[in-house]
Amino acid sequence: MGASAEGLDDGLSLRTEMRRARRRRLGQLALRLLNHRSFLIGFVILVFFALVAVFADLIAPYLPNKNNYRDVLTPPSAAFWFGTDAFGRDIASRVIHGTRVSLGIGFYVALLTGIFGTLLGTLACYVRWLDALVMRTLDGLMAFPGVLLAIALASALGPSAINSIIALTVAFMPRTARVVRAAVMVVQGTQYVEAAQAAGAGHGRIIFRYILANALSPVIVQLTYVFAVSVIAEAILSFLGVGPPPPAPSLGNIIADGRTYIQEAWWIAVFPGMAIALVVLGLNLIGDGLRDIIDPRQSSQH
Amino acid sequence: MTLFIVRRLLSAIPVLFVVSLMSFVIMWLVPGDITAVLGGADASPEEIERIREQVGLDRPIYERAIIWYSSLFHGDLGYSYLLDRPVVDAVLERLQVTLSLATLALVIATLVGVLLGVLAAVKHNTWLDQGSMIAALVGLSIPDFWFGIVLIILFGVTLGWLPTGGFVPITEDVLGWARSMTLPALTLAFTQMGVIARMTRSSMLDVLNQDFIRTARAKGMRAHTVVFKHALRNAVVPILTVVGVTTGVLLSGAVVIETVFSLPGVGRLIIGSIQRRDFPIIQGGLLVTASVFVFVNIIVDMLYGFFDPRVRDGR
Repeated sequence: MGASAEGLDDGLSLRTEMRRARRRRLGQLALRLLNHRSFLIGFVILVFFALVAVFADLIAPYLPNKNNYRDVLTPPSAAFWFGTDAFGRDIASRVIHGTRVSLGIGFYVALLTGIFGTLLGTLACYVRWLDALVMRTLDGLMAFPGVLLAIALASALGPSAINSIIALTVAFMPRTARVVRAAVMVVQGTQYVEAAQAAGAGHGRIIFRYILANALSPVIVQLTYVFAVSVIAEAILSFLGVGPPPPAPSLGNIIADGRTYIQEAWWIAVFPGMAIALVVLGLNLIGDGLRDIIDPRQSSQH
Repeated sequence: MTLFIVRRLLSAIPVLFVVSLMSFVIMWLVPGDITAVLGGADASPEEIERIREQVGLDRPIYERAIIWYSSLFHGDLGYSYLLDRPVVDAVLERLQVTLSLATLALVIATLVGVLLGVLAAVKHNTWLDQGSMIAALVGLSIPDFWFGIVLIILFGVTLGWLPTGGFVPITEDVLGWARSMTLPALTLAFTQMGVIARMTRSSMLDVLNQDFIRTARAKGMRAHTVVFKHALRNAVVPILTVVGVTTGVLLSGAVVIETVFSLPGVGRLIIGSIQRRDFPIIQGGLLVTASVFVFVNIIVDMLYGFFDPRVRDGR
């Protein structure tokens, strides 16, 4: 009588054991990441800017588009931390709201790049006859310098936040798809995938549970960098006037305003650029930390 | 080696095909068309129809594609009605400014980046290593167009040492040319230095740990011969890859930097054309820039073959 009951019991406890082990591993991973100095610094920077972006309405001392003709082009002071522009708009408030736009666009570009890059990269690997077609198309896209392609696409589609996201995703996705394809190729050849196939696992199960679960770590690292590059690229699009349209502030179009008043008001261009640099530095530090810990083969630390 | 070069050149053909197709498709995606710009706001329907016929917009898409490709093979990229001149002339005239800017930046970025990276690797785990890596990371986090504006404020507006923008042709005044190119080239090189330095360091660290370096040191070879002749030569392939990618970044970076410094290059031409909605120029400018990028990558591939015989003979 014991055999089946015991088997059931074993199966249950094995499952609980596996769940516990997974939780323990995740805990250890979080601990290792938090002990990694550059990851921690980057994480703190990013959390700070994320909070600024989320609570922009509460933090900003003025309305970002409020003209104020009594205080035009005033240098930084206690009343206007980062000074004012030619319409008397408060630069600090504009930078705070611009951070929301930049981080938002960067985040969506990273997310969509991740989704479509994974989809195409896996598809190219899994469906053999698609491989050449998909890869040659991606090669062609990659032949354009990324930012230039994004500028052309954004200008063709028209200036808006959504079009910026589309343009940047098309420009950055091919490289991610390549990374995914390379990682999936490696995993596809391993014995446990063969074993899963032999055991009769379905395509969906093989792709998600066996292949992607083991191929995603380089992709996650890559996406952090995509996020970083997108924040800069979005600023370039708005600087050139093909990003989200003014008067809504974005870090790039504030810098463009500052370019016009470069002779008399340095503060307009300087502060939004510092915000971009800090956000991107934070993301790069996080990327380096993740690479060291979840994808050590790529690591440059010795 | 010849076979290797030929194969690499042939491999560019499908890529160039996709590039030209993309340039065509992007402009086809554009909502609204050039007739509104050319005819002005008060153009009559007949006038618009006449312009559409003249520009070829009344033809179906496949006919336009055939025209695009047959002109391409004749070295004809179309005609800009706004500038009233062939696209090829307008783009090629501006190309030299862009190329000289990108080349200058590439030289600066590679020299400084490789030196910084080698230094960091040789002095591994010292303050020099950490300092240069922090500098590299900060460098690659700074948006280059903004850094250019900061340099203009610093050296152009406040100190007044260098011009705030504008371009002097090298044929007119060599010193003036150098002065007008200094800040743009430094700006463009700055972010890429960090990327190159980081890759050089990690590639050098891999090589410096290998047995043949220990042997070279053990037989009493001088330190800098070991580092530069033995180690660097073997560390060069990953560095080359990054330099190749960098060149693409520099080409698209030049687009933006030209706008910041008011330099008359292809980039500023494209940006100006975007604002004027002068699509033939955008299309042609994109195609030329992407083709330059493709050929740079072929040259990088050939350099691989030169530095690493395994690449040449392999496969």
